[in-house]
Amino acid sequence: MQTKRAMILVSNDPESIRLGADDLVKSLNDALAAYELQDEVDVSTIGDVGRADILPLVIVYPEATVYGPVKAGDARYLVEEHLYKGRVATDLLAPPKQLSGHIGWLRTRKGYNPAEQRVVLERAGRIDPDDIEDYIAHSGYEALGKAVTEMTPMQVIETVEKSGLQGRGGAGFPAGRKWRFVRGAEGDKKYVICNADESEPGTFKDRVVMEGDPHQVLEALAIAAYAIGADEGFIYIRGEYGVAYQRLEKAIRQAEEFGFLGNNIFGTDFNFHLHIHAGAGAYVCGEETALIESLEGKRGEPRTRPPYPTTNGLWNKPTLVNNVETLSNVPAILRNGPEWYKAIGTPSSPGTKVYTIMGNINFSGVIEVPMGITLREVINIYAKGMKPGSTFKMAQTGGASGSIIPAALQDTPMDFESFRKAGVSLGSGALLICDQNVCIVDLVKVLLQFFRFESCGKCTPCRIGTQRSYEIVERITQGQGQLEELDKLLEMAAEMERASNCGLGQTASAPVRDMLKHFRTEVEAHIRLGICPTGVCPMVVEEEAAPA
Amino acid sequence: MPAIKSLDELKRIREEALKKKEMKTASGSIQVIVAMGTCGIAAGARDTMKSVLNYIEENKVSGVSVTQTGCIGMCEHEPIVEVVVGEQPKVYYRKVNAEVAEKIMKEHVQGGKPVESNILPLQV
Ligand SMILES: Cc1cc2nc3c(=O)[nH]c(=O)nc-3n(C[C@H](O)[C@H](O)[C@H](O)COP(=O)(O)O)c2cc1C
Ligand code: SF4
Repeated sequence: MQTKRAMILVSNDPESIRLGADDLVKSLNDALAAYELQDEVDVSTIGDVGRADILPLVIVYPEATVYGPVKAGDARYLVEEHLYKGRVATDLLAPPKQLSGHIGWLRTRKGYNPAEQRVVLERAGRIDPDDIEDYIAHSGYEALGKAVTEMTPMQVIETVEKSGLQGRGGAGFPAGRKWRFVRGAEGDKKYVICNADESEPGTFKDRVVMEGDPHQVLEALAIAAYAIGADEGFIYIRGEYGVAYQRLEKAIRQAEEFGFLGNNIFGTDFNFHLHIHAGAGAYVCGEETALIESLEGKRGEPRTRPPYPTTNGLWNKPTLVNNVETLSNVPAILRNGPEWYKAIGTPSSPGTKVYTIMGNINFSGVIEVPMGITLREVINIYAKGMKPGSTFKMAQTGGASGSIIPAALQDTPMDFESFRKAGVSLGSGALLICDQNVCIVDLVKVLLQFFRFESCGKCTPCRIGTQRSYEIVERITQGQGQLEELDKLLEMAAEMERASNCGLGQTASAPVRDMLKHFRTEVEAHIRLGICPTGVCPMVVEEEAAPA
Repeated sequence: MPAIKSLDELKRIREEALKKKEMKTASGSIQVIVAMGTCGIAAGARDTMKSVLNYIEENKVSGVSVTQTGCIGMCEHEPIVEVVVGEQPKVYYRKVNAEVAEKIMKEHVQGGKPVESNILPLQV
C-alpha cells in the first residue's frame, strides 16, 4: 500500500446497501480514476453508523467530514469538490448530530492527529509530571474530592459500571463489576493493586501514562480504594521502568503532602496509603496472581484459581487488580459522568484505547483512539500509511498474547466484541504492522521463543508445549519441517489451551493457530517446496541454530 | 503545604495554580519545555536539557522558564522541545540534539525567529 493522503469510508450496513451503497462505492472509484486520484485516495467501507436518516453515509478522512445521504450520482461532484479542489461539498454535508455507532467520535477534530480523542493521555506530554500543581490546574484530584465528599462508595461503583469501562490489561473484564465483587467480598482489610508490569514485547502505553501523568494513576487508585473499602494499595511496576518509578515515587510524596494520600483524605475518615514495588523482570508476573505472589515475596508463579483475587488476593485478603490504563479512565468518568464516557467508542466497548504502533509504517508512536476504529484507519490515518514499497500483510496486536490479524480483517472494528466475534484479540495494545517481506513462520518462531523463555514452568502443558512448538516451528524455518507436524502443533495447541494453569500457556499457541488459519500456504511452501517465499528463513540448519 | 481538606480548598489551589501558569505566558516570558519520557531520554533529551540550561547560564539569559513534560506519542520525533513565547502559539521542535537546542535558544528564544529546519508541524 502506498501512502494515501485521504480515505473515503462508505457505510455498507444492509440499509445502506438497499439504498445503493454498492453503486456509490463503484461510482466513487470511477470518479477517483477520472481525476487520476486513485493512487492517492482509498475507498473503504464501515458498518452500522447508527444513523438511519442519512444513509448511505460517506466520511472523508483525514478531515473526518461526514456527508449523507449520498447517491451514486453525487460521487463525481463529491470527488471533484472535496478531493480534487480540496473544499467541502457543503450541500452534501450530513446534518449535524453525534453519530452513535462505530467510530462516533471521529467526527470531532482535536489534538495532533486527525481525530484523536484523548482521555487517558489528555495531559501526558502537556503538563510537567513532577509538578502536582500542574496536575491540579488541569482538574487534577477533583474526581477524588467529589467521590469522597459527595458520593458513597456504592455510587462510585455504579458510575463506573454505567460507564461500561472494561479492563485494558488484556481480558476486557468489566471494571465496575470487578469493583463490586471486591466491595462485596468479606473481610475488613482489602487491597488495591495497579498492574504496571507491562512486559508484552512492543507495548509501552502504560509507561507513557505513568511518565507523563503519574498523578492520574494515584488519583484513580485512591478512588478505587474508596469504592471497594481498601486502605492500602500497591503499584507493581516493571523493573525496567526507572523513569516512571521515580516520577510515581515523587508524585506519591507530593500527594501525601497535599493530603490526597494518607489519613483523613479531604477531611473525611477515608485513609489510603500507597506503596510502589518494582518487579524483577519476569513476564509472567504481569498475571495477577503471580504478581500477588511476587508482592508477597514469593516466587512469581500463578496461583490455581478459584479462588480469585477478588476474594483471596494479597495476603489472602480481597484484592482489586486493575491495569494502569483501566484505572486512568476513572477520574475523567467521575468528572464528566458515565454518559459522556459512553458516547465515545462503540456501544459494546465504550471509551478509547491507547495503542503503540510500529513496524513497516511511516509513523511509529503512541496514539489514543476511540474503540471501534479499524486497522485500516489506524494505518492510513495515524501511521501515515505503509512505508514506500510496503504492502500490508498482517498486524500483530498486543505483543505476544495478541493475535495475528490478516488483511481480511483490516476493516473489523477494533473493539472487544467485534474482535471476539472475529476470533481475534486486542491483546495489550501494541500494533506491529508487517509488510510483504515479513515471514509468518519467522514471526511465530520469535513469539514462541518468547513464550518458551517466559513460561514459569509450573505446569507441564505450557512448559513442554511452548518448547516443543518452538522446536517444530524452528525446524520449518530450517527446511526440516514435516506436514504431519502441523497437525501436532494444533493438537498441542488444544492441550495447552485446555490444561494450562494461566493465561500464558492458554494463549501461547494463538499465534500458531492464526498462522495455520490464515497463512497455511506460506507455511506449506516451506515444507513442500523447501522455500521461504519472503526469503527470511535460512532453510538450512545453521551452525549456531543447531541444538547444543 | 497543609493538607487539602475540602473541594473548595482544592478549587482555590487550582485557581492559584492556573494564575501562576497564566502569569508565565502573559508577562511575555518564555517557556522552554523538554519532553522527558523514556523515549525522549533514550533519544538524547538529557543532553538537550543540559544544553538549554548551559546556554541560559553562559549567556545569563533571564525570563526563561525551563520545564519538562512526558511523551505526547510522537516517539519517532524525539527529542521534542516546545517553545512558548508569551501568548504566541506554541512551537514544537523535533530531533533537538544539543546543537539544535543551542540554535533554538539563540535564534528563537533570544532572537525571536523560529528555527525552521526542526519545526514539527502540529496543530494543538
Ligand atoms: C502472562 C500474562 C501476563 C500479563 N501481563 C499483564 C501486564 O503486564 N499488565 C496488565 O495490566 N495485565 C497483565 N495481564 C492480565 C492480568 O492478569 C489481569 O487480567 C489484569 O491486570 C486485570 O486488569 P484489568 O481488568 O484492568 O485489565 C497478564 C496476564 C497474563 C496471563
Ligand atoms: S501456564 Fe505456563 S506460565 Fe502459567 S502457570 Fe503454567 S507454566 Fe506457568
